[in-house]
Formats: sequence, structure tokens, C-alpha cells
Amino acid sequence: MSARFRPGDRVRVTAERPAISIGRAHIRTPHYVRGQDGMIAEVMGPFRNPEGLATGGDGLPMQVLYRVRFPQPQLWPGYAGPAKDTLEVEIYEHWLEPIHAA
Amino acid sequence: MPHDGHDHHHDHQHDHAPPPDDPSFSSDQALGARALRLLLEEAGVLEPGEVARQIDRMDGITPSMGASVVARAWVDPAFRKRLIETPVAACTEMGIDLQGTHLHVVENTASVHNVIVCTLCSCYPKPLLGIPPDWYKSYEYRARAVIEPRAVLAEFGVAIPDSVEVRVHDSTADLRYLVLPARPQGTEGWSEEKLAAIVTRDSMIGTAIPKA
Repeated sequence: MSARFRPGDRVRVTAERPAISIGRAHIRTPHYVRGQDGMIAEVMGPFRNPEGLATGGDGLPMQVLYRVRFPQPQLWPGYAGPAKDTLEVEIYEHWLEPIHAA
Repeated sequence: MPHDGHDHHHDHQHDHAPPPDDPSFSSDQALGARALRLLLEEAGVLEPGEVARQIDRMDGITPSMGASVVARAWVDPAFRKRLIETPVAACTEMGIDLQGTHLHVVENTASVHNVIVCTLCSCYPKPLLGIPPDWYKSYEYRARAVIEPRAVLAEFGVAIPDSVEVRVHDSTADLRYLVLPARPQGTEGWSEEKLAAIVTRDSMIGTAIPKA
């Protein structure tokens, strides 16, 4: 399967914030990056979707997994460290939207 | 395991007094786990002894396996390249079976220092490093490592200069991370074995730096 994004692409993490409650989907995207803009650091290839695997499903269709890089001061206002510090999270493709240059 | 101190009532009657040397009776949780294991064995889901064999296997995996991989990468530039590009195959070369783990190697350089955390739970490259340390699973580490990594590193005794980027990897999905630390100065000419001895578990998580 082909990856929608390439290294260096600017992406936004979907801001959907489902409440955590019994019976809701199992979600690997941390809350603190939802709605945040980041950059594709590396394309890791297709993986079964944990949101389906966690509930006894087959996790298909597969989702391309990316390592997405975020600037720390953007994630945490008042971040105590150099502006160059970064954080990377693995995010599945269906959580990512392209950011188009304005 | 110490008794957990919760308000159990100890005045109930035991129909079968547990053998005092059986660690599987050391807490209510352990007793529950044992009951579940016996039921799964009875149902044929688990082979008798399978859990014990898996525990033995896990206990046999120690950070020294990861250290040997790091030391090889330090002395062999071609291996270092393979470890970064095809980490599973590189470990197989050294006789280490990663059991389906998608290992991802991040290298510390003069400009980047990598730190690993799993904010979701405690994802860790167990087939390479064994059982993670308790602090890795603590709420404190998991929350603070992403928000204030430099403060956390300072508490581990690691000071990263402002000229070096601290890059935190939140390991919440399919990859498991190994930090490839930088080879310290003063180790020129050291054997692989001697080098492996200074590669600590924490240095492969990013919360320590190997010292000569």
C-alpha cells in the first residue's frame, strides 16, 4: 500500500478527542498531540490498526505508520528548554491530515 | 513480594493452607492470576508449565544483550549502518531473536540526544533488554519525560548542553526503541567485551551516558 505522506511533509493530527470510557475504541494517538501540527520524520510502512486489534478484530485495512516530529515549545507552552528540542510519536495515517501552504 | 497493606480480612478460613514457599500465593492478585492460569490450562489454551517457561525465558534476557549490540556497532561501522537501517536483521546476525518486535534504533550524535518513553503504558524492547525498570513504568516518568525531559535527565545525572537537541520518542504504537549511545572518548582500542561492559541499560533508554 502506498503512503500518503513523505518525509518532510507538514501534517496535522486529527483533533478528535473521544472520551475515555469502557467500550470506546482503543486509541494510540496521545491526547497531547491531537490537533497539533508536525512533520513526517519517517514512513514506517503498513501495520494492522490497533483500534481494531484491541477489540478482537483483524486490524484491517492496514494503516501506514509514521514517525511524526513536533517542536517541544509548540506542544508545551512555557517549555523549559531550547526551542530546537523535539518530540516524536508514531501515528497511523488515518489520524493525519495534510497541511497546505496558505 | 511485600504484603500490599490493604485492608484485607485475615480471619477467614482457608480450606487449603497454601504452601508457605509458593510465591504464587503471596497476594490476592497473584492468587487470582494463578486461578486464571489453572483455568486456561484446563481449557487447553495454555500448556501446563507454559507460563513458567515464558517467565524463565524473559528472566534470561538482560540488558547485556543490548549492550553487546551497541558495542559491536561501536567497533564495526558496517554493522552500525545495518543496525540503524535493518535493526532486526542486524540483531539476528548476533544470534538475538527479536520475536517479531519492530526494533527502531535512534543514534545519539553530537547534535541529538534521544530519550525513550511510553506515555500510553510501558512499551519497551523486551526481547533485547528484558523487563523494563520500575521507574520506566511509573506515572511520573511517563508524564514528565515528554513535558520536561531535561529536568528528568538532570535527575538521572545527565546534563545535555543547550546546543544539543533533546529528542523524546513516545513509544505508543508498533515500534520498540533502542538508543544507540555515542562511544565515549578514552575508549580507543578497547575490546568489544570491555566496551559492552560500560553500556548500561539506562544508556540504551537515553537516561544515562556511557562513561569510559
